[in-house]
Amino acid sequence: MPEPSIALQIDTQAISVAPGVTVAAAIALAGSMVTRRSSSGAARAPLCGMGICHECRVTIDGRAHQLSCQTLCTPGMQVRTGGGAP
Amino acid sequence: MTAYDVLVVGAGPAGLAAAQAAAASGALVAIVDDNPHAGGQIWRGGPERQADARAAALWAALRAAPNVRWLPATRVLYAPAPGQLRVQTSSGASTLYYGRLILATGARERLLPFPGWTLPGVTGAGGLQALAKGGYPVAGKRVVVAGSGPLLLAVAATLKGSGAHIVAIIEQAPLRSLLAFAAGLAATPSKAVQALRLGAQLNGIDYLHHSHVRAAHGDGVLQSVQVQRGQRREPDILHCDFLACGYGLLPNLELAQALGCATATADGQTVVHTDDWQQTSISGIYCAGEGTGIGGVDLALTEGRIAGLAASGQASQLDAVIAQRRRWKKFAARLARAFTLRPELATLAGDDTIVCRCEDVRHGELRPHASWRSAKLQTRCGMGPCQGRVCGGATEVLYGWRPDAVRMPIAPARVDTLIA
Repeated sequence: MPEPSIALQIDTQAISVAPGVTVAAAIALAGSMVTRRSSSGAARAPLCGMGICHECRVTIDGRAHQLSCQTLCTPGMQVRTGGGAP
Repeated sequence: MTAYDVLVVGAGPAGLAAAQAAAASGALVAIVDDNPHAGGQIWRGGPERQADARAAALWAALRAAPNVRWLPATRVLYAPAPGQLRVQTSSGASTLYYGRLILATGARERLLPFPGWTLPGVTGAGGLQALAKGGYPVAGKRVVVAGSGPLLLAVAATLKGSGAHIVAIIEQAPLRSLLAFAAGLAATPSKAVQALRLGAQLNGIDYLHHSHVRAAHGDGVLQSVQVQRGQRREPDILHCDFLACGYGLLPNLELAQALGCATATADGQTVVHTDDWQQTSISGIYCAGEGTGIGGVDLALTEGRIAGLAASGQASQLDAVIAQRRRWKKFAARLARAFTLRPELATLAGDDTIVCRCEDVRHGELRPHASWRSAKLQTRCGMGPCQGRVCGGATEVLYGWRPDAVRMPIAPARVDTLIA
């Protein structure tokens, strides 16, 4: 695995990951897999891993509903988890 | 404005083979995919990083071709007019113009509801494999791989290679089906070699047949699963950090249906109907790979090549490839027969088990409805962002419903994309 050289922010936590790591993986590496809250408030985490199920959606750099399993980490990215259903 | 002679949607094996075949004619070709890397699911993480040498060779040829454009992280939303597709990227939207279109949109997993399947830590089988390829931390984690099909073995091998501890592989098909399938591999020696290689990597791991996960348990996150083994009275409890569970694959039909392409039923699946040359019911639109029926990488490469040749007017080369396709189609039929889902799997959800994860609609709310349409109108089942891609495959098994085609846009779109 290459060196963790990409620094980004997951909620309040700073984390560095290797190039090629997805935002979904960075969220799990930061400690909790949870990406969003369901319409009745339950914690959800990535399911399909391929951009179909939308369980992994988070807010990235202020843009809501981004699929974290299909987005690669980039330096300085600000990721917010725990969003509710639209 | 650029108009492509051939536009390929999907950069998995079928799409890459189609693009290469079409590009050989000198046609201007573009490949679009919603993932950041080419390779689709089977070659996820990039074709240059795969054990299958065909992946790197195809990709190198495409990157070297001056007449091939690669458009990653680009999601197709809808067709504003014939010969056009509206697409969205993280930074904006645009319209792609084409002469011929090749759909190589692949497949997704069939995910079935059971109590506890919404807990963090429960994923699809190919789902966890895909996540691990994107750096998801599975090293040192205990993983139960469950569901059905040969994919489970590939998933277990990938996860083991990433440092996971595979607790068990749990296959719902009975032993006699598995043995018949294994015997049939002699007809396709390359598949038999692949199976042996996987077998060696998985040496020492429990491979349970005629078994399935009944429920997942955990306090906020997955901690254990309940496994039904054959006809035994008491389920086994397996402790684990992840359950990677998928019940085979389903063709992604959304774009084809949105474009008006006819579907058909083959080996019990709804698939895009294609002719001998992979052309759909709409002239100039072709479909190759899993969209025409689940058949694996060899069939996808063959169909992709046929579609690419046909879409670029190279008909003289088609006969030889069409003969190959016949062989791989037979493998696909054996695959579907061996891993037919057992009826018990439709009975796992309890009344309070969520079936539609986007809208939190439960089995007890859905059960009284007679059709997908009725459930959708009255419970919002299938109306969330996945547009029924997950619960559609489940309600087909649970209630025998056939979901309606999705409406445009076929993926959630930003308003500025639609009004631009």
